[in-house]
Amino acid sequence: MIGFRNVFYSIDGHRILEDIAFEVPAGQTMVILGPSGSGKSTALRLLLGLAHPDSGSIVVDNEDITSLEEHRLRRVRQRMGMVFQQGALFDSMTVGENIAFSLLEHDNVPEEELEKVVRTHLTLVGLDPDLIDRMPDQLSGGMQRRVAIARALAARDPQILLYDEPTTGLDPQSGERITDLIVQLRDRMRKTSIMVTHDIADAFKVADCMAVLNEGRLVFNGTPRDLAHTDEPFINEFLAPFRKAVQTAARTLLAGPGAPPRTAI
Amino acid sequence: MELIAAIIERIRRVVETVQDYVLFSWDAIRATFSPPYYSREFMTQLHFALVGSLLIVVVSAAVAGQALAIQLVRELANTGAKSQLGHFMVISVVRALGPVLTGMVIASRMSAGITAELGAMRSSDQIDALVAFGSDPMKRLVVPRVAALVIALPVLVIIGDALAIMGGGVVGLQYHLPIESYYSGVLKYLTPKNILVGMIKPFIFAVLISTVACWRGFRTAGGAKGVGVSTTESVVISSVGILVSDGVCTRLIFRILGW
Repeated sequence: MIGFRNVFYSIDGHRILEDIAFEVPAGQTMVILGPSGSGKSTALRLLLGLAHPDSGSIVVDNEDITSLEEHRLRRVRQRMGMVFQQGALFDSMTVGENIAFSLLEHDNVPEEELEKVVRTHLTLVGLDPDLIDRMPDQLSGGMQRRVAIARALAARDPQILLYDEPTTGLDPQSGERITDLIVQLRDRMRKTSIMVTHDIADAFKVADCMAVLNEGRLVFNGTPRDLAHTDEPFINEFLAPFRKAVQTAARTLLAGPGAPPRTAI
Repeated sequence: MELIAAIIERIRRVVETVQDYVLFSWDAIRATFSPPYYSREFMTQLHFALVGSLLIVVVSAAVAGQALAIQLVRELANTGAKSQLGHFMVISVVRALGPVLTGMVIASRMSAGITAELGAMRSSDQIDALVAFGSDPMKRLVVPRVAALVIALPVLVIIGDALAIMGGGVVGLQYHLPIESYYSGVLKYLTPKNILVGMIKPFIFAVLISTVACWRGFRTAGGAKGVGVSTTESVVISSVGILVSDGVCTRLIFRILGW
């Protein structure tokens, strides 16, 4: 379980997040939506302990991580896998070393075992296991993002997965493949996850629950269905250019498996 | 009134920046004395600092040594003290010129390299990724770079000093100063005290260059432009820092040694 409780955060007196409160139940995937600069990625940075809130608390599996010292935070982070915007692969390391990074850093795993883990995770994210010795700059943007997902999954079997705009900067086809991969992983593993995005279609595909941020404030917290029906002015304005995608996504949601197709929401 | 407020604000920012650098350096030095140690990263950085810088140190020291010797030998010849060239070369090169010249050459090369690399890592979230995956960037990135330069710079200074003094010998020969006479002067003044004065400085310069370069790299913000700004700042701060710390060190050492 992940919980944000009345979190305030500012940089140099500039308010970035204001009174943020939401909860992600264990095994659920929350999508945080919002325009650029609304504080979505900052929320993930706070959750990872890369920044500390001015007030309020952040709870991970019933443990308040807000005031933890660095060495204890490191233990909390070991339960998380993070996919950074643009991948953030270590460009001085091979694909294999990137994926095995967490294991190399913390565990004394034999080399053959490491290679097996890397190859398994490359296959899991739909990549050729023989890419193991390639350098990140020899891969396409979409492949790099897949390697980043593999790295997050290989990180000591994380219980929490965090995705920071995983499809940003990719062509539509690669973006869709990444989103499909995230959906597959969600269905297969049921790990507690948070995905930050401003892509409405991706959000509806992936989310069990949704939060919308605007200028650092939480303007919506609920299910995808509630979001499709809300009359909150900012959200309607934000969703307007994507209304067709929202309707399609909401129709799929409302239909559910085996239900008759609906024509309108 | 506005001018005073602006000056106070400027002073406040300078104090904050210095405080930030001091705390960063303190963290780096503290991290040096506790495991884990990244030997592969250290060897990579040592190779980059030592082998990668060798050619420019060799060229600059040989050329600067000869230029200094030409200046000295002419003045000494005018006063009939040409045989003192070895003596003056040792004092000038070993105590002062060698560490500063090599320090400046290394500052321009290593500061730029380290800051640009770490700045790019900061801009592409790689440093945050290290933290997120349970690593300590201070130990993984900063400590190996500081340790590598602390070893490499004194070695490069010794090589540079030797070449500059040899360059002086070549100039001496051109001005009809027997090589035996030159080297007897060199050996006579190559005393432990003179060597000590010259060899304390490279350690101080190495810590200064590496911590400033890492600090600016870690504090990079604003993408490619930010990397450029940080790199420039790093080279400027390191170069000025070497000159200032050289002055301070020289005064302190002279006072301690009672010269």
